[in-house]
Amino acid sequence: MQDIIRQLEEKRSQAKLGGGEKRIAAQHAKGKLTARERIALLLDEGSFEEWDMFVEHRCTDFRMEEQKVPGDGVVTGYGTINGRLVFVFSQDFTVFGGSLSESHAKKICKIMEQAMKVGAPLIGLNDSGGARIQEGVSSLGGYADVFQLNVLASGVIPQISLIMGPCAGGAVYSPAMTDFTFMVKDSSYMFVTGPDVVKTVTHEEVSAEELGGAVTHTSKSGVADLALENDVEMLLSTRRFFNFLPASNREKPPVWPTMDAPQRIEDSLDTLVPDDPARPYDIKELILKIADEGDFFEIQPDYAKNIVVGFMRLEGSTIGVVANQPMVLAGCLDINSSIKGARFVRFCDAFNIPLLTIEDVPGFMPGTSQEYGGIIKHGAKLLYAFAEATVPKVTVITRKAYGGAYDVMASKHLRGDVNFAWPSAEIAVMGPRGAVEIIFRKDIGKPAAIAARTEEYRRKFANPFIAGARGFIDDVIMPRDTRTRVCRSFAMLRNKDLKNPWRKHGNIPL
Amino acid sequence: MFKKILIANRGEIACRIIRTCRRMGIATVAVYSDADRNSLHVRLADEAVHIGPAPSAQSYLLADRIVEACRKTGAEAVHPGFGFLSERPAFCEALEKAGIVFIGPGVHAINSMGDKIASKLLAQKSGVTTIPGYNGVIEGPDHAVKIAREIGYPVMLKASAGGGGKGMRVVHDDAQCRDGFTRASNEAVAAFGDRRVFAEKFIVDPRHVEIQVLADRHGNVIYLGERECSIQRRHQKVLEEAPSPLLDEKTRKAMGEQAVALAKAVDYVSAGTVEFVTDQQRNFYFLEMNTRLQVEHPVTEMVTGVDLVELMIRVAHGEKLPLKQKDVKLNGWAMEARVYAEDPYRNFLPSTGRLVRCRPPETSDNVRVDTGIDEGSEVSMYYDPMIAKVVTWGETRTQAIDRMQDALDAYYIRGLSHNISFLNAVLSKERFRAGRLSTGFIAEEYPEGFSAADVPQEDPGILVSIAASVHRRFMDRAAQLSGQLPSHERVVGTDFVVIAGQIHHAVSVTPIDGGYAVGHAGRRYEVITDWQMGQPLVRATVNVQPVCVQLDRSGVRYRLSHRGALLDALVVTPRAAEAQRLMLEKVPPDLSKFLLSPMPGLLKRLAVKAGDKIKAGEELAVVEAMKMENSLRATDDVKVARVLVTEGQSLAVDQPILSFE
Repeated sequence: MQDIIRQLEEKRSQAKLGGGEKRIAAQHAKGKLTARERIALLLDEGSFEEWDMFVEHRCTDFRMEEQKVPGDGVVTGYGTINGRLVFVFSQDFTVFGGSLSESHAKKICKIMEQAMKVGAPLIGLNDSGGARIQEGVSSLGGYADVFQLNVLASGVIPQISLIMGPCAGGAVYSPAMTDFTFMVKDSSYMFVTGPDVVKTVTHEEVSAEELGGAVTHTSKSGVADLALENDVEMLLSTRRFFNFLPASNREKPPVWPTMDAPQRIEDSLDTLVPDDPARPYDIKELILKIADEGDFFEIQPDYAKNIVVGFMRLEGSTIGVVANQPMVLAGCLDINSSIKGARFVRFCDAFNIPLLTIEDVPGFMPGTSQEYGGIIKHGAKLLYAFAEATVPKVTVITRKAYGGAYDVMASKHLRGDVNFAWPSAEIAVMGPRGAVEIIFRKDIGKPAAIAARTEEYRRKFANPFIAGARGFIDDVIMPRDTRTRVCRSFAMLRNKDLKNPWRKHGNIPL
Repeated sequence: MFKKILIANRGEIACRIIRTCRRMGIATVAVYSDADRNSLHVRLADEAVHIGPAPSAQSYLLADRIVEACRKTGAEAVHPGFGFLSERPAFCEALEKAGIVFIGPGVHAINSMGDKIASKLLAQKSGVTTIPGYNGVIEGPDHAVKIAREIGYPVMLKASAGGGGKGMRVVHDDAQCRDGFTRASNEAVAAFGDRRVFAEKFIVDPRHVEIQVLADRHGNVIYLGERECSIQRRHQKVLEEAPSPLLDEKTRKAMGEQAVALAKAVDYVSAGTVEFVTDQQRNFYFLEMNTRLQVEHPVTEMVTGVDLVELMIRVAHGEKLPLKQKDVKLNGWAMEARVYAEDPYRNFLPSTGRLVRCRPPETSDNVRVDTGIDEGSEVSMYYDPMIAKVVTWGETRTQAIDRMQDALDAYYIRGLSHNISFLNAVLSKERFRAGRLSTGFIAEEYPEGFSAADVPQEDPGILVSIAASVHRRFMDRAAQLSGQLPSHERVVGTDFVVIAGQIHHAVSVTPIDGGYAVGHAGRRYEVITDWQMGQPLVRATVNVQPVCVQLDRSGVRYRLSHRGALLDALVVTPRAAEAQRLMLEKVPPDLSKFLLSPMPGLLKRLAVKAGDKIKAGEELAVVEAMKMENSLRATDDVKVARVLVTEGQSLAVDQPILSFE
């Protein structure tokens, strides 16, 4: 018995050393923490329960049987973040470069299945050179097993991927299927094929950072959602982010106490929308002034900036925000912003997070690049997402709500529960100028006539009253009261019960 | 009394005048340009008249429009405030013709004091001490040398029509004098269309002290003590006070009497200011007379208890001054700080835009805030970038300064850059507190410009303990999140590390009644506060000492500012602090290899393309900001490596435009 305990301790200390002190030092020299150090920072102190510490690979080719490290390059288990249950896996780059073997994959799958069973989120810390090449197809099979579970868990439990080192080739498709991907700047990268292959095939010379670094994926490709400065900030930020998320699709979002009164009036919002309809303003000011304690966790802040998405809290509970940003491309919807918005809306709907939509949209972006790129199909994604969502939906129109884009942005017609307009709202088919040039085509060339007609149109339609008369908006509210009115609306909607008809799944225009 | 007064001004001074009118039961008319449609002065006034587009030349400077606005509204008198039309004889004449009272001095006084040479001659005639110099027109370089030798070096050559430092040269010997004369007169022609240059003794370590005078139409003239305005940045006053720490009773009286004599000489009516330059030995010399209300008039009001605007109105209406010289008593000390929209960390680059957050300090008998904008207002490029004047009173100078520092700590402005931390840093300077002022103070104390890191903190433990307390409160709240595993709930520890840059401050934070006890560096800081999460100001007592700290949160980091000092901190567990030590310090990219946009704007034009070889001084690009074209030129000989943006693109501040090889 004593002997067994001694052996156990030996195995444990061997497992904890991972790839050994030299490799740990190398990891540290790159400014990277080890798999276990990361878990220690991510989870509440002392809460980690490790599973499968003794799992080893079963490969016997290429003398692999002589190199075995307990744990096989990934640390798995569960613990808590602020007392709330979460499952984690953390790949250990110091062991076989974090490469994925059959056993490594099995460990991941085991906790994923458990997370789904008990309804708790999964956070994957990725730091892996790729497939365990010595194992061949067994390793590929392992990837596929993980992919399959990613898909089954999608919409059941929140899945977050933290990219904290290399993540290349097939490995990228697991994070790609999770709900959120955060990357560490300068020390992580994701790509399907690396710079060497790129050079051979397309003759492009590109560094790993430029091809698939954090900045690339959070500003150019939109593959990742956030870029963080280093490992420590990544893990601390993830803890902060986790506090917004419900545990599963069976739960409501978490709540905490706040002293920020829902009755807080923000007088300065009355001057947020400039008199000149062509002048932009920063929609984030509105978001920050509505949110509890001015706290807004923005997702994809550097990608498709003409739409702003992220999480805030109202009366202590999570709300998903989708807002057009007049500062960028006048806030119009294009391919990238439609996809960004749609994906966010679907996440919120899947996890019972109420949606606040803030609308100032002049329409869809015109142009050949948009049409050739399929704006019809991609714009439809956002439309589909808003229309299918059954969570509480509150919309505030601050200024422009033109054309099809008006319909898309959680309008009354798409089962918006509460639709407010500011006095500055203009709900119309298009802007006065464009409308007049169509309706009074024969007057083009007569500037005085056009000006008069434009003014007439503006008086008639550039206001919230026509929509109000149809009941398409529920009330016109003063900007300063927005927080109060929105809070009260969500409070009213707390027990909303709406179900879509049964089906295997919808067919969102992908 | 007048029934209705029009205020031919905008911003804080318009608001300030309206307030006095209100108290006196006089109706007010505001005027406004397109840019000021929703401004505070328009909202405060009983009536408002639109007078034109945003540029002042097309609105606030148009005398006709003002006269017309008076006619339309039936205003009987006009208060011009300062700047704009306040010292334009033509405006006074136009009003007179229309039968409207100008609340200010007569045309004769404005005319006599408007010309530097004429006013100096007049001053001499009235027995006012002037700087030794030559008031005639200098005929040429040789003449200049002759005169300079008579005065004695150092000598200053100055454009007669000048202002703002243009056409000004200090010369120390004959050679410099010759050269300086030619340059000064050339600059004078270019800037003012007037080649005349005069010479005077250059005062070493000068101070700016000015006397407030007040005169009625019945020949009564009094002086209301002095103000010292030596703290200036590029001739722009920054901090003012009354009285001056330099003067003694004898000098004050001498200066006051000379100022009164000068006012009498020009039949002065209304409030005016006689400016003097002094040396450190209290020798004083007449500089010029401003025939209007001054920006810094509130400090005089605070120490004399007089409402200058009220008396200007009464005097304009023909009333006698209600007080005599012997009634004027200086009580305590007053300080004024001008809060500007400018970035002290970027060489005071003016800043414009929306005041996303603006919470002025609480006002009281000891704290006055004169401002023309509120939260949600815009600081536009068309006018003076002043946000507010903060004025404090104390029984002693030290108390007035302390109260000013408290007021500035509580002044929370976000959305654009402002100079509050700079003002607070100056007020902390030992030299300032000792009253050793001179107009070169800022240039001497901040030769390399201003940086928050240079601001010494009395006890850095105060900000560290507040950061730790704030973090602990956030953590305690997070521990109340719903959905925790029963009986496995979060337990918040007591040990934290406040990381500021590379420095790790280990702290322990334990709850006590009303706050936290923070152990740090062997000391115990008791932080008592009713601060709530989300509030931008943390008002607390730290070991019984009251402090007010501004707090901003960005992601997982905190930024605290207090008394001009900044603390950018990450507060973490000791374990995370250990890990933080392993993080690589990221070297910021070498920006000398880039052309950065100095301001937000539009890339109007690109003058170069990749591969071009450019000589220093050649134009690289033109950025349009606020309808102004700014030419960006090469500072060295360079070769363009890449063009990073396209013409017509909007640029953020510091966005790279070009990279160089």
